[in-house]
Amino acid sequence: MREIKTLLKYMKGNKTIYLMGIIFVIFSELFTVLSPLVIRTAIDFIIGDEEINSHLIANIIDLLGGKDFLRKNLWIIGIILIAAATLRGAFMFLKSYLSSKSAENTIKSLRDTVYDHIQRLPYKYHVKADTGELVQRCTSDIETIRRFLAIQLVEVSGSIFMISFVLYVMFRLNVKLTLISMVTLPILFSFAYVFFTKVQKTFEEVDEAEATISTVLQENLTGIRVVKAFARQKYEILKFDEKNKDYADKAYTLMKILATYWGCADFICYVQIGLLLLFGSIWTIEGHITIGTFVAFITYINMLIWPTRQLGRTLTDMGKAAVSVRRINEILDEPIEILEENHLKPEIKGNISFEHVYFEYEKNKPVLKDITFTVKAGDTVAIIGPTGSGKSSLIHLLARLYEYTKGSIKIDGIELKNIDKAWIRKNVGIVQQEPFLFAKTIRENIKLANPKIEDERMYESAKIANIHKDIMSFDKGYDTYVGERGVSLSGGQKQRMTIARTIINQCPIVIFDDSLSAVDTETDLSIRKELKKRKNKSTTIIISHRISTVSEADLIIVLDKGRIVQMGNHESLLKEEGLYKRIYQIQNTIDDI
Amino acid sequence: MDDYKPNINVWKEFFNLIVSQKKLFIMLLILNIIIGILDSVFPLFTQYTIDNFIVTRSLNGLKKFLLIFSIIIVVQSINIYLFVALNGKMETIISYTVRKRAFENLQLQSLSFYDKKAVGWLMARLTSDINRISEIISWGFGDFSWGIAMMISVAISMLLLNFKLAIITLTVVPILAIVSTYFQKRILNAQRKVRKINSHITAQYNEGISGAKTTKILSRENINLLEFSSLTESMKAESIKAAFISSLYIPIVIVLGSVGTALVMAYGGIMVTTKAISYGTIAAFISYSMQFFEPIRQIAGILAEFQSAKASAERVFSLIKEVPNIIDRQEVVEKYGDFFNPKKDKWPKIEGKVEFRNVSFAYEDGKMVLEDFNLTVEPGETIALVGETGSGKSTIVNLLCRFYEPTKGEILIDGINYKDMPQVWIHENLGYVLQNPHLFSGTIKDNIKYGNLDATDEEIVEACKLVNCHDFIIKMEKGYDTEISQGGNLLSTGQKQLISLARAIVRKPRIFVLDEATSSIDTETESIIQKAIDRILKGKTSFVIAHRLSTIRNADKILVIKDGKIVEEGRHEDLIRRKGYYYRLYTNQYIEEKSREILNKQ
Repeated sequence: MREIKTLLKYMKGNKTIYLMGIIFVIFSELFTVLSPLVIRTAIDFIIGDEEINSHLIANIIDLLGGKDFLRKNLWIIGIILIAAATLRGAFMFLKSYLSSKSAENTIKSLRDTVYDHIQRLPYKYHVKADTGELVQRCTSDIETIRRFLAIQLVEVSGSIFMISFVLYVMFRLNVKLTLISMVTLPILFSFAYVFFTKVQKTFEEVDEAEATISTVLQENLTGIRVVKAFARQKYEILKFDEKNKDYADKAYTLMKILATYWGCADFICYVQIGLLLLFGSIWTIEGHITIGTFVAFITYINMLIWPTRQLGRTLTDMGKAAVSVRRINEILDEPIEILEENHLKPEIKGNISFEHVYFEYEKNKPVLKDITFTVKAGDTVAIIGPTGSGKSSLIHLLARLYEYTKGSIKIDGIELKNIDKAWIRKNVGIVQQEPFLFAKTIRENIKLANPKIEDERMYESAKIANIHKDIMSFDKGYDTYVGERGVSLSGGQKQRMTIARTIINQCPIVIFDDSLSAVDTETDLSIRKELKKRKNKSTTIIISHRISTVSEADLIIVLDKGRIVQMGNHESLLKEEGLYKRIYQIQNTIDDI
Repeated sequence: MDDYKPNINVWKEFFNLIVSQKKLFIMLLILNIIIGILDSVFPLFTQYTIDNFIVTRSLNGLKKFLLIFSIIIVVQSINIYLFVALNGKMETIISYTVRKRAFENLQLQSLSFYDKKAVGWLMARLTSDINRISEIISWGFGDFSWGIAMMISVAISMLLLNFKLAIITLTVVPILAIVSTYFQKRILNAQRKVRKINSHITAQYNEGISGAKTTKILSRENINLLEFSSLTESMKAESIKAAFISSLYIPIVIVLGSVGTALVMAYGGIMVTTKAISYGTIAAFISYSMQFFEPIRQIAGILAEFQSAKASAERVFSLIKEVPNIIDRQEVVEKYGDFFNPKKDKWPKIEGKVEFRNVSFAYEDGKMVLEDFNLTVEPGETIALVGETGSGKSTIVNLLCRFYEPTKGEILIDGINYKDMPQVWIHENLGYVLQNPHLFSGTIKDNIKYGNLDATDEEIVEACKLVNCHDFIIKMEKGYDTEISQGGNLLSTGQKQLISLARAIVRKPRIFVLDEATSSIDTETESIIQKAIDRILKGKTSFVIAHRLSTIRNADKILVIKDGKIVEEGRHEDLIRRKGYYYRLYTNQYIEEKSREILNKQ
C-alpha cells in the first residue's frame, strides 16, 4: 500500500486531471455500448415490425417523428450513430490525452526527484554505489511506472467499465442469453492470468540469453586488439554463434509458447461466439428474443471477450509496477545530505586549524587519530605519507564530505560543522586523484562549477594548468566534445583539465589530492608557480610524494597510520631522523643509477 | 556517428533475406491469406443464422452449420497458433543470420575501422537495429499480408452479398487509408523523438551517478538539476505531443468507421424494408463496416515502420558489406591459408628478425605519424620505445603487429615482406600484452588457453608459475576454474595482468609486444611482473613500450621517439651518460619511485 502512497505523492497537482481521464473512460465506454443499442432499436422497431415494449424507446421514436417517418428517413439513425461515435471518440481522446499528460507530468517530477536525490546522497554512498544497477532503476523502473500510469491503469479501468456496462445492458435485454454469453469468460480470464504469470520465467530466460549476447559482443569489441593479436577470429565467431543460437532457440521456444496461448485463447473466444449463435438463433426462433436483440448481442459479445482476454495479460504486467515503485523507494529512502542547513556562510580567508581530530569510517576503526595542526591563510601545506595513511580522509573532512567523529576543525576560527556544506565546498576546491570529465565540451567542463564565468578567466586557468596549448591543437578547440571520436585525452591531459576546472573558481582553499603527481615535474612546477603569482593567494594543500613539490611547502606533514609522525618545514625536518629525510636523500643517489 | 553514406539497396537486401527463407515465407504468406479470408467469413455465419434459421423459423441444417462452424474455428485457432509460431521462427532465423554475418565481418575489420567506430555504436547496430529489421521482416510482412488478404476478402464478400450497398459502404475506406497513413507517420516520428530524448536521459543518469563525487566537490548539484530538469521537461513536452497525436488517431478512425455503419443503416435499412436485402445481410454489413479499421491501421502502421526501419537496415547492411582495409591477397590465401583455414605447415618458421624499411604511416585524414622510419632488430633483441603520447611509438608497434599497414615502405619479418604472408602468420607468432589487461568471461583457465587452445594443463601451470600467478590462483576456492565475472571484481588489475602475461606465454610466441603492460599496476605488483617479464623476454625478439622507465633498463636498445622520429638511441647506460631527454625523464621518475618505495615500506 505504501507503493500507492508514493505514486499519489508524485501525482500531486495532477490527480484531478488523471481522475478526469478515468471519468472520461466511463463516458467513452457508455457511448461504445450505446451504438449497438441504437442499431438494435432500428432493426427491431423501425425496419422490422417488433412491438415496442419500452416506454423510453417509444418516446424517443415519437420525438424523432414516429416510426414511419424514421423508416423513410433512415439517415437520421445514421446521424445518431455518427453522433454517438463522435462523442465516444471525443471522450476517448480526452481520456488518453489527459491520462498521458498527467502521467508525463508525474513521471517528470519523479525523474527529477530521483536524479536530485541520488546526487545529494552522501559521498560514502557513491563510493560504494553500483552505477549500472542504479541507472537500471532510474530508467527501466521509472518506465514501468510510466506505462502503469499512462496506459495500463486507464486501459484496465476502461475494460472493467466496458465489461460491466455491456453485461448490464445484456442482462436488461435478456438474462438467459447473457448467461450463455459469459459462460467462458472466467475460464478465459483465469487462463490468461495464469498463463502470463507462469510464462514470466521464460521471458526472463530470453532476456538473459539476449544479455549474454551483449556481454560477448561487448567483450569482443572492447578486446578486439586481443582477438586480433591472438588470431582468435574463428574462435570468437564460434563462441558468438553458440550464444546467438542459444538466444534464437530460446526466443523461438517463447514464441511457440505464446502461439499456444493465442491459439487456445482465440479458440475459447470462438467457442463463446458459437454458443451465442446457437442459443441465440434457437431462442429467436422460439420467440424469446428479437432479431435486433440477437444482432446487438453479436456486437456485444465482441466487446466482452476480447477485453477479457487482454485483461489477464495487462493485470500480470501491472504487478511489475509495484516492484518498480518499491525499488525506487529504496533509493529515495536513503537519507540525503543537507547542503544548506541555514548555518553560517562566513567569508573564508583560508586559516585552517585542526585540534585533536579523530575520524572513523567504521565504528572503532579510526582512520585519523589526534590530528592537530594550524595553517595561516595563503600558506602551502604538503602532506606526505604511505598509501592508506589517511591523507585523503583528512582533506575529505575539510570539504565536509565526511564528518569528523571527535575534536575540532576551524576555518578562520569558525567550527567547520557550523558552516553550510554547500558554502564550504564552494570555497574549498579539490582536484581529485581520478579525473572524471563530463560528456560536454571542454569549455563546459572547465566552467563546470559556474557556467557564467567569462572566457578570459577560463583561458587564464587553462594556461596555468598548462592545458591551453593542448586544447588549441584540437580542431574545435574549447568546443571539442570530451569523448568525441578521434579526440581521446591522455590521462595527463584529463588531470590538467581537472586542475583548470578547479583553479578557475579561485577558491580561498585549494587541495591537490595526489593529482599533481600525474603531470610531469615541469608542469607541476609551473602550475605551483602560477598559483603563487596570483593576487589573492589561496591556502594550498598538496598531497604528493614528489619531494621537489613537498619541500617548498610552508608546512610539511608526514602522516602514517592515521597519525602525524613528523611536522615542520623542509629545513627543520631535515634536521631530524625520519621518513622525510630518508626520502629527501634519494636525490643524492642519482649518480648511482 | 551517422555521417556514413552507405550505398545500400535495403529492399534488395530484404528480398534476399526473404528468399533465403523461401519455404517459410511462402507458408506464412499462404497462412496469412487463409487467416484473412476466415476472419472475413465470421460475419457470414451471423448472416446465415439470421436468414436461414431465424427468419425462416426453422432449424433445418443446424447440424451441418454447427459442423462447419466447429471446423472453421478449430482451423482458425490452429492458424493463429501457426501464425505466431511461424512468424516467431522467421524472426529468430533472420535475426540469428544477420547478427552472425555482421559479427563475422566485424572480426575481419582492421583496427583503423575500430578507431572510427565507438563500441557502443557497434553494439546498438548488432542488438537493437538487428532486432528491428527481423521484426519488420517477419511480423511486418505477416501482418501486412494478413491485412491485405482480409481487406480483399471482406470487400469481395460485401460485393457478393450486395453490390450496391458494398460500394456505398466502401467509400469510407480510402479516407480511412489516407487518415491512417498520415497519422501513423506522425505517431512514429513523435515516438522517435521521444526515444531519442530518452536515450539522453539515460546518459544523463549514467553521468550523474558516476560523476556524483565530482558534482559534490564542485557543489554543482543545482546546476545539474537544472540541466537534467530541462531535459525531462523537453521529454515531457515531446511525450505529451506524441500522446496527443496518438490519442487523436483512434477516435478519428472510430468516427470514420461509424460513418460506414451509418451508411449501412441508412441505405441498408431501406433495402431491408423494400426486401432488397435480408436481415442477415444487414447484420453482416454492420460487422464488416466495423472490421475494416483494424487491417487499415495495421497496414498504415507497418508502412510507417518500414520507413524508419530503413535507416536501421542501411546501417546494419553497410556493416555487413564493409570491406576490411587489410586483406590477405588471394594467392597468399591459396598458398598459406587464412584465419579460418591456416595452412601452418606451409609457413616459414619465424626466427624474429624485424626490419622497418622507409616506413611511412598516415591516418586516413592525412595526418602523418611516421615518415621514412628505419629500424632493424636482430632475433632475440629487446627494443624499448620511449616517448610522449602521440609521439608515434604505439604506431610502430601497431604496424609491426599488422594492425595497420604502412602507407609507404615495407616491414620485413626474417626478410619476408609481411604483406606476402597472411595476417594470421604474424599473429600466430605474436605474444601481446596490453596496458589494460582484457580478460573474457569464463574461467581463468579458459582465459590462459585463449593464447593457445591446445595448451595442456601442465603448460598452463608452468606459465603461471613463471609469472608468479600460480600461487594466488590455487589459493582461490576453485583454483584455475574460478570464473572471471564480467567487471571482474574478484581479481585486482595486477592479477589480471599476470594472467594476461601467462596467456601470452602459453602461446610460445617468437615476437613479444608489451604495450605499457605495467603502467596500470601498483608498484608492488609491478616488481613481481617485471621479474616475470625479464624472464620471458629472454631470447625472444620483443618490443616494449614503457611508461615507467625503470622497467626497461635491461633492454638491448632504447629508442626515444619524438614526432615520429628517433631522437635518442642506445642502451640505458649510454643514454644516461648523454644527459639528454632520456636522462631527465629517468631521474625524475627514479626519485618519485624511490620516494614511493620508502613511504610504502613504512
